[in-house]
Amino acid sequence: MSVLTNNLDLFLSAFGQTLQLFAVSAVLSLVLGTFLAALRVSPVPVFRGVGTMYVTVVRNTPLTLVFVFFVFAYPLLDILRIEPYTAAVVSLSLYTAAFVCEVVRSGINTVPVGQAEASRALGLTFTQMLGNVVLPQALRSVVPPMTSTMIALLKNTTVASGFAVVQAGNIREQLADQGDNVLIGLLWVALGFVILVMPLTYVQQVFEKRWSVAR
Amino acid sequence: MSMVLFDVPGPKARVRHKIMAVIGIAAVLAALVYVVMRFIVTDQFTARRLDWVNYKQIQLSLVEAIGNTLSAFAVGAVLALAFGAIFAAARLSDHAWVRVPAAVIVEIFRAIPLVIMMFFFYYGLPVAGVKLSAFTAVVISLMLYNGSVLAEIFRAGINSLPKGQSEAAYALGMRKTQVMTFVLLPQALRAMLPTIISQLVVLLKDTALGFLITFEELLRWGTRIGGDAVNFGRPMISVMIVVALVYIGLCLLLTWLATYLEKRNRRNKKVIKPDNPDAEKPVLMDASAAG
Repeated sequence: MSVLTNNLDLFLSAFGQTLQLFAVSAVLSLVLGTFLAALRVSPVPVFRGVGTMYVTVVRNTPLTLVFVFFVFAYPLLDILRIEPYTAAVVSLSLYTAAFVCEVVRSGINTVPVGQAEASRALGLTFTQMLGNVVLPQALRSVVPPMTSTMIALLKNTTVASGFAVVQAGNIREQLADQGDNVLIGLLWVALGFVILVMPLTYVQQVFEKRWSVAR
Repeated sequence: MSMVLFDVPGPKARVRHKIMAVIGIAAVLAALVYVVMRFIVTDQFTARRLDWVNYKQIQLSLVEAIGNTLSAFAVGAVLALAFGAIFAAARLSDHAWVRVPAAVIVEIFRAIPLVIMMFFFYYGLPVAGVKLSAFTAVVISLMLYNGSVLAEIFRAGINSLPKGQSEAAYALGMRKTQVMTFVLLPQALRAMLPTIISQLVVLLKDTALGFLITFEELLRWGTRIGGDAVNFGRPMISVMIVVALVYIGLCLLLTWLATYLEKRNRRNKKVIKPDNPDAEKPVLMDASAAG
């Protein structure tokens, strides 16, 4: 217990950094992922190809490799200098966007074609069809897996600890520098993540139950 | 071709799509040209920076690094599958004193980031006097995390079967073990196989986290060779391209296996019909003849 109480500032600020990293990357990856999903369902084959290519490459690449690329390899290209924190945000967003894209796309695909055809037959415009018919139905099958993706993103922020970005994964290093008990410290970090993730898992299960009945 | 969001294009839409296709191709080409230009301007592919390919020792160390990644994957996958099977069985148990602790353990291990687990086993345990090698730490962490996820997959697979299956088996007088092994598992395994394999792809990618605890796997090999400024002038870009290609290749191989199994699975279901469509007729005819 003393490991936690003596270093409460360290724990709080590190978890704060984790949440900040998570929030920024979540917003960016949702935007980019939705854009990629739009590419993947577009009627233009080139756009679909680009989207598929991106998703295939990124989904089969380890996140650590993306981090290594942006921290060690990208600076050699001499394009735009980025801080380790920015590199972490970029890596997490680019990586998670591929998963967001798949979730959104499969959500749209679960809506039966007849729904869109019927709304076109009724004379709805594209935006009306998307906003009033397709998206409300797609949302039901998107939210539960999207929550899983976001939980994964929250846990993935710890990968940044190998790349000089301050967040909960670094608490270990700082405790070791101070000569504190690393074992106990890591257990507290683990507990912190359990506390952060459990409510999200609970929310996900509630949504899943409620909406699977409504279908 | 009619898709969810778009109707079959008319003449105007086709022209618009063609214009957009041209713009799209131009944008992709522009991005590619820019990246290649950056590679050329910063001399990423000069002879000195590609020289590492020629050294036999480096080639051998690459093979060894891939071997380390694959052995961590293989051991981790086997252990995770076993862990998942045991905990799925425990979560499906009729006894609350088995079911509840198993559920708690699975939920906790699913919530802790893999990196923290690896740190715990590699940096944390030595404090308590237990020293593990990086390989062991990676494998144990992979087992606990992916095993918990697999336990959920197994459980979901068995729960997704129609209730009539187990009810019919119980009605035939089977015991719980028999119901599980003869009726539920064979059907559930078939349905779950693609999901299990995509989780194994995740496991393969997660071996790269061993990089953070100095496990000598493919990615660490890449940063070592790529960071060599003395001999090769930091060929990080070319080395990382090779490393990425190896990872993507390995993962695609597994994904391909998953889609192949899924396709075979789907075909099998369609093929289930009697070999002889008249199979039932003779019985009826015999019955009428006898009567």
